[in-house]
Amino acid sequence: MSDTFELAGKTYTSRLLVGTGKYKNLEETKAAIEASGAEIVTVAIRRTNIGQNPNEPSLLDVIPPERYTILPNTAGCFDAESAIRTCQLARELLDGHSLVKLEVLGDAETLYPNMVETLKAARVLIDDGFDVMVYTSDDPIIAKELEDMGCVAVMPLGSLIGSGMGIINPYNIRMIKEKLTVPVLVDAGVGTASDAAVAMELGCDGVLMNTAIAAAKEPVRMARAMKLAVEAGREAYLAGRMPQRIYTASPSSPDEGIFFTRKRA
Amino acid sequence: MQIFVNGEPKTVAEGTTAQQLVEQLELTGKRIAMERNQSIVPRSQYAQTELREGDRIEIIHAVGGG
Repeated sequence: MSDTFELAGKTYTSRLLVGTGKYKNLEETKAAIEASGAEIVTVAIRRTNIGQNPNEPSLLDVIPPERYTILPNTAGCFDAESAIRTCQLARELLDGHSLVKLEVLGDAETLYPNMVETLKAARVLIDDGFDVMVYTSDDPIIAKELEDMGCVAVMPLGSLIGSGMGIINPYNIRMIKEKLTVPVLVDAGVGTASDAAVAMELGCDGVLMNTAIAAAKEPVRMARAMKLAVEAGREAYLAGRMPQRIYTASPSSPDEGIFFTRKRA
Repeated sequence: MQIFVNGEPKTVAEGTTAQQLVEQLELTGKRIAMERNQSIVPRSQYAQTELREGDRIEIIHAVGGG
């Protein structure tokens, strides 16, 4: 397939990016990620459990960085400083890997991004050589600002993280996509396959999701559904949809050659 | 001397290095990263990094997340 997309100088085939949170266990994580076809996988950075079974398998054993592009996130950070520290630790953890997902949250209830802190952190991280994929509100002006600063991808929310409410404001997502030249990915809010398809039909370069897969009754099956939805949405976008007609139908079958007399119309 | 590892107090011998701490915690060879008093300790520096009384060490790894 020649329809690839580029991120920080690397080419990807899959436009579905997935998280690794909320799964039952590492086997389920691994199976779902394989079924999703994702090449970029997000992880969180947390303290190691000191004193626990040292032979316990770890996430990076089932999602090896040799096979996947690991995208460490700054989830749980509510200020620029902790987000920057998290990224620096992640870079050390992953042997100098500079791609990060920056998210600085505004409040614990909505997990809505705090854009003031996000902009501060993005500036410092970019100056420090990070390739920043940034989680943002769906404000086209802020999105453009983030691109101008040098973020490698801008990722507006479809709706609140983990809400499964889909894309609440498709007009803003489209506006952001039309204004920016860096990849735009919908991050957060996708609940089911049609939401992912909508994101792609709006012209987005990709979709990032976690809960929609992990919290499905059958996560592996939903992972496959999301893979197909992202591909279908992308194909539909590239194919160019027909114009919408309001109040005006258009028959698919010819009017010529009708062998009966129409009693009406 | 006393240091703090991931927020918990821990007593270690004077002159303990970051490398020795990692060994004591049975984390040798694991994919981890270390911060000492909010500064990164590069893996290549573990052996030369001598810990001091009151040091706040964070040892992190990757976990599931979106």
